Amino acid sequence: MAFVKANLGGSIQSSVLEVDVDSFEIKSLNSNTALIQSIWNPPISGTVYGVLLNYQSSLEQMGEALTQDPYKLPPQAPILYIKPKNTFLGHRGEVPMPAEVDELEVGASIGVVIGEKATQLSVEEALDYVEGYTVVNDISIPHESVFRPAIKEKVRNGFCPTGPWIMEKKAVGNIDDKTIQVYVNGELKQQNTTKNLVRSVSQLLSDVTEFMTLYKGDVLLVGVPENCPKVTRNDHIRIEIESIGTLENTVK
Amino acid sequence: MKTARVAYEGNIHVATATYDGIKLDNGKYVQEEAVVWLPPIEPQTCFALGLNYFDHASELSFEAPKEPLVFLKGPNTFVGHRGCTKRPSDITKMHYECELAVVLGKQAENVSQEEALDYVSGYTIANDYAFRDYLENYYRPNLRVKNRDNSTPLGPWFVDAEDIEDPMNLTLRTYLNGEIVQEGSTKDMIFGVDSLIAYLSSFMTLNRGDIILTGTPKGTVDTKVGDEVITEIEGLGKLKNTIIE
Repeated sequence: MAFVKANLGGSIQSSVLEVDVDSFEIKSLNSNTALIQSIWNPPISGTVYGVLLNYQSSLEQMGEALTQDPYKLPPQAPILYIKPKNTFLGHRGEVPMPAEVDELEVGASIGVVIGEKATQLSVEEALDYVEGYTVVNDISIPHESVFRPAIKEKVRNGFCPTGPWIMEKKAVGNIDDKTIQVYVNGELKQQNTTKNLVRSVSQLLSDVTEFMTLYKGDVLLVGVPENCPKVTRNDHIRIEIESIGTLENTVK
Repeated sequence: MKTARVAYEGNIHVATATYDGIKLDNGKYVQEEAVVWLPPIEPQTCFALGLNYFDHASELSFEAPKEPLVFLKGPNTFVGHRGCTKRPSDITKMHYECELAVVLGKQAENVSQEEALDYVSGYTIANDYAFRDYLENYYRPNLRVKNRDNSTPLGPWFVDAEDIEDPMNLTLRTYLNGEIVQEGSTKDMIFGVDSLIAYLSSFMTLNRGDIILTGTPKGTVDTKVGDEVITEIEGLGKLKNTIIE
């Protein structure tokens, strides 16, 4: 059993629920029970930072391009981007498909929720600053070039579904050994594990906070695995992350 | 009206610029040096522009972009007037960038260029430091260059939009230890304030409190520990920052 924190529709306060950490079945409910089936708001409110190319195979797929123009060198420090507030969307929310495109890319990631202000953390202490973990779908309009910031491709309204909850850290176990699965319309389209991260979660926290403070409530995405599934209108996306949760959304 | 957020005698106050000096919301008048200046607003989503002045783009040997080069900044990066910014010991080029910061006053979606300025509540000055040694060619300019802690001084004042007759005709100047090192005019922006608001709101919702840092003209040179950098914009004031170890 584990405790999770959720923001349920109609209530301004967070709800702490008790869930089974394997099945994610909700075991105990508080007084907001009646609302649970209706609306899940994003369980987060801070700044969300994503990181580019943090799976070994996503880096390998870049191949020789990493040393050619315009990149010239493989990435040295973590390459980050921001998913601003207009992108936030809750569990079961509908992702608006921009009129001018035909497909979107699903970016399944663990969101590391920061528990206290974190500056220049050592690798050893990094996880002490984590409150818990959530499931994030870092949606993009497919784009080949990663030379310039992908603002138009990554910061559309509703492009950062998050939830359903923040799973408490102690229920999750080794964060660098978690299976991530993406189902589109019920069919398994992607499976990977955080064993394949270039920078482990604690290494990433250390390298990012070296130059940038993360505040309580901020969320650091650990990265998106290679071969992102593509989705289009009316597709149903389910991202399951071992010990953390299952996030479902539909493209509209 | 010009307003600021300052800390004084253990509390945070709204300060206004009056003919008699700086007046706090409790009626007290204070000296500029007697208060701690916070960023005049708490930024929500912050957009910044790269290569948005014709002369700066050519200074860095880039062609003028055909579409705005936009990147985002986090809340960690802002620091108030008279604050300090750290120069890491391992770098060879840290330069200031004097920029007009535009603050959104209401939610904006699919706003036309003609009505865009109606969505602006006011302006302030940003000094958007760049640490060029950390430039990488991925999502360039990457956050390690442009989003370091305390590396974007903001302020001193939030100036109401109605007090600025034409945001597209303001002189910008940077003084390094008292000497003018950068001078330009907002009229040389490639994408003006109105077209930036129209562009961004065409694919996402902008919200009240969002900020757009509109880019810098030419004249960016290296700075050293101990340097005093003053970024000035006509009608908005002077924003001072000191570089520390």
